[in-house]
Amino acid sequence: MSNLENKKLASQLLKKSKTARYERFGRLISLAALLLIMLVVVSIIVFVASKGISTFTNDHISLKDFFLGTIWNPGTNTPSGHPAVGALPMIIGSFLVTLLAALVATPFAIGTAVYMTEISPKRGAKFLQPVIELLVGIPSVVYGFIGLSVVVPFVRNVFGGSGFGILSGTFVLFVMILPTIVSMTVDALKSVPKYYRQASLALGATTWQTIWKVVLRSATPGILTAIVFGMARAFGEALAVQMVIGNAALMPQSLVSPASTLTSVLTSGMGNTVMGSLQNDALWSLALVLLFMSLFFNLLVHFIGRKGAFKK
Amino acid sequence: MKTQSQSRFAIGVLKGIAVCVVLILAFLLGYIFITGLPNVSWGFLTKPAKAFQAGGGVGIQLFNSFYLLILAMLISTPIALGAAIYLNEYAKDNWFTSTIRTMIEILSSLPSVVVGLFGFLLFVVQFNYGFSILSGALTLTIFNLPLLTRSMEDSLASVSDDQRQGGLGLGLSKFETITHIVVPAALPGIISGMILSSGRIFGEAAALIYTAGQSAPALNFGDWNPFNIDSPLSPLRPAETLAVHIWKINSEGIMPDLTQVSSGASAVLVLAILIFNLSARYFGRKIFEKMTSAK
Amino acid sequence: MRKQTLINICIGILLVFGVGYAYTTRNSSETTGESITAVGSTALQPLVEAASEEYIASHPGMFINVQGGGSGTGLSQIESGAVQMGNSDLFAEEKSGINSQKLVDHRVAVVGVAPIVNKDTGVGSLTTNQLIKVFTGKITNWQQLGGKNIPVTLINRSQGSGTRVTFEEYGLKGKESAVAQEQDSSGTVRQIVSTTPGAISYVAFGYLNKSVASVKLNGVAPTAANVKNNRWKIWSYEHIYTNGQPKGLTKSFLSFLNSRHIQKELFQKLGYISVNDMQYQRSWDGKISKEVGE
Repeated sequence: MSNLENKKLASQLLKKSKTARYERFGRLISLAALLLIMLVVVSIIVFVASKGISTFTNDHISLKDFFLGTIWNPGTNTPSGHPAVGALPMIIGSFLVTLLAALVATPFAIGTAVYMTEISPKRGAKFLQPVIELLVGIPSVVYGFIGLSVVVPFVRNVFGGSGFGILSGTFVLFVMILPTIVSMTVDALKSVPKYYRQASLALGATTWQTIWKVVLRSATPGILTAIVFGMARAFGEALAVQMVIGNAALMPQSLVSPASTLTSVLTSGMGNTVMGSLQNDALWSLALVLLFMSLFFNLLVHFIGRKGAFKK
Repeated sequence: MKTQSQSRFAIGVLKGIAVCVVLILAFLLGYIFITGLPNVSWGFLTKPAKAFQAGGGVGIQLFNSFYLLILAMLISTPIALGAAIYLNEYAKDNWFTSTIRTMIEILSSLPSVVVGLFGFLLFVVQFNYGFSILSGALTLTIFNLPLLTRSMEDSLASVSDDQRQGGLGLGLSKFETITHIVVPAALPGIISGMILSSGRIFGEAAALIYTAGQSAPALNFGDWNPFNIDSPLSPLRPAETLAVHIWKINSEGIMPDLTQVSSGASAVLVLAILIFNLSARYFGRKIFEKMTSAK
Repeated sequence: MRKQTLINICIGILLVFGVGYAYTTRNSSETTGESITAVGSTALQPLVEAASEEYIASHPGMFINVQGGGSGTGLSQIESGAVQMGNSDLFAEEKSGINSQKLVDHRVAVVGVAPIVNKDTGVGSLTTNQLIKVFTGKITNWQQLGGKNIPVTLINRSQGSGTRVTFEEYGLKGKESAVAQEQDSSGTVRQIVSTTPGAISYVAFGYLNKSVASVKLNGVAPTAANVKNNRWKIWSYEHIYTNGQPKGLTKSFLSFLNSRHIQKELFQKLGYISVNDMQYQRSWDGKISKEVGE
């Protein structure tokens, strides 16, 4: 062969093949997608943080007044002379209502999910699955109004008080996050390999022992993720909670006295404030607190998950 | 045997729990449909809304809901899929990756109002799209991405490694294995994730109040040119969706038949989601069978 | 080339042609007309929406979009020029943080605010003093006012709501109400009052209906006539602010709002009062003066 043909052949052999180029292209666009999401997350976090922190830097509110104060009325001062930007009632309200709702929802959700996957998979798939998916779509507004017309009178008649309060909020949130937790738990249970169950049964374990000691244990990370997502939804839920919790920026005195959450105060107050004013900045600080609290919940659950799960 | 009776007892309790849940769900759906369906008629479904007289319908809002849903899913699905592929197949298992995953989970717990306000300040004001379908779809995308990415990641992870090794063994590149083998095998999980997030988008109100707007100008259904402002397809027009409409008439409505319109709209919303879910499941199954030659 | 690639290219060409055709045959901006946006007070929203519905019906191609968001949002959006009309229950001067220099005030209506109670309370009339005591928490049971033995459930609008500012300023004589339940919309407030025994709150006249009972104050009933002669003191102007003088569609819509038909018929149907019918004027710092003939 002549020198020229040699060179052409060599360059053809040294170029990346079409498949390799496709591979690099594919890897690049999936990386780009991930980076886009990261960009969005970072920009929202930076935005909320910058607006939230300006309460402390621009408007000179002390951290103590914000986190330990119990009166919320930004723009005015409390009887003792401090600026009334106490977020403690809302923080406690959010905490209580999320924890209680998750506590009530988790056993129901896991029970249902186990029923759907282990005990009656056929009935589960045909019947329960579409119903659960349907419930995720009911808008918060509708839940809120059903809460207002059904849950609040119920709580009022059975537990006393005006019916508005943390208990009503818990009931409404419990129904709202139930489908989310069930769905994701079902996915987690389904991804436990079949041979785990088969091995357990072959060893003579009963169905319940298999479920309790093998399936649930190995699906624990997935179940914990489901609970985190459920709590995240409960946390960030504004419209429905707002209508049944009463929105009184008071320290919650009981489960049936009007209280407020970070989200309910944020939603109802945002439209009446002007960008850049103290009232507005204070609301963004509430949003920042929401961010931090969800981060805390997140880390907590992952910590628990690492301790309790099977090592694969 | 003690363990057998324990097992039977436990199973009985589980059955009871499932029945409880079904009862709660049945009550909710029953309440919505019984109070709402009597108000739904063909006229209700197609007429535009009236501000202060009786007899308004939800035709335009219904169309807007679907249009926004389709647009938001079109934008978010490729992005979520790409990110899930990278996270699951390519990313190394170090602290950086887990930080990324944590940040995505944090995004999912932000109240929808915050995302809506962010969308308002970014798309409506800064980019000057105004109250429009575009702003709404982009905000919904942001809102939807964490849930979608997470569920896609989980379904990709549940595909056993044997499949991937088979593909590599046949000489396919990694990306080719992913697109031709892993993704089709994970399709049921991906579709159920898409349905879950579609349901949530369809019922979302808080994020759209400040971005897609609360007004639904009359549309000219004969004009399908996307560049005209009164065409249904135009992405720059304000578009009140069904969920936002329910919220609005319950907060600020003064029309005399407002409870009827509200309960009718809720029933239509739930019904639409049901139909959407069932048909999406059906098509998902069909596609899965075709791609993996299961039948 | 491969069949699949050929098909892809054909689809691509079709798409390009389709979009190009749509672009070149789109309605020119002369025939489509304008689109303006009004943002702000939820008390004014029903009126502007109803009026815009009528305006659009007779002027095809024009679009007037009405959003809520509260008086605060209305004022800050119009100040930044993001929208064409900013609806507000308050004077721009009353709201801190707003530079009202460039804003032009158009007072389009007067809205009265009335206290409402649950129908089973048994109390239909209060004095101002009693009202203040109820809202500041000093009276906690309706029995103390001659009604039934039901505890008082106080419901406020959110801080910064124009309706609340009006009520506290002119109904409670500037006293602040006790910290209590808050809702951010008149509709929700009305629903809660109608279903909760012992509940009391306040809404604009347009939201009064048979599901709640309105309360007379010092023997004066909350009617439009009593607002016009200032016997009912709890009222405020509804402002539409524009950034500079209004032009184009904004200008013609504002004069449409001022037309006789709207002012007489629409206002009455919706419970608003025409500025022209007021016998007294009030300035932004609360001074009352008799209206000099109109």
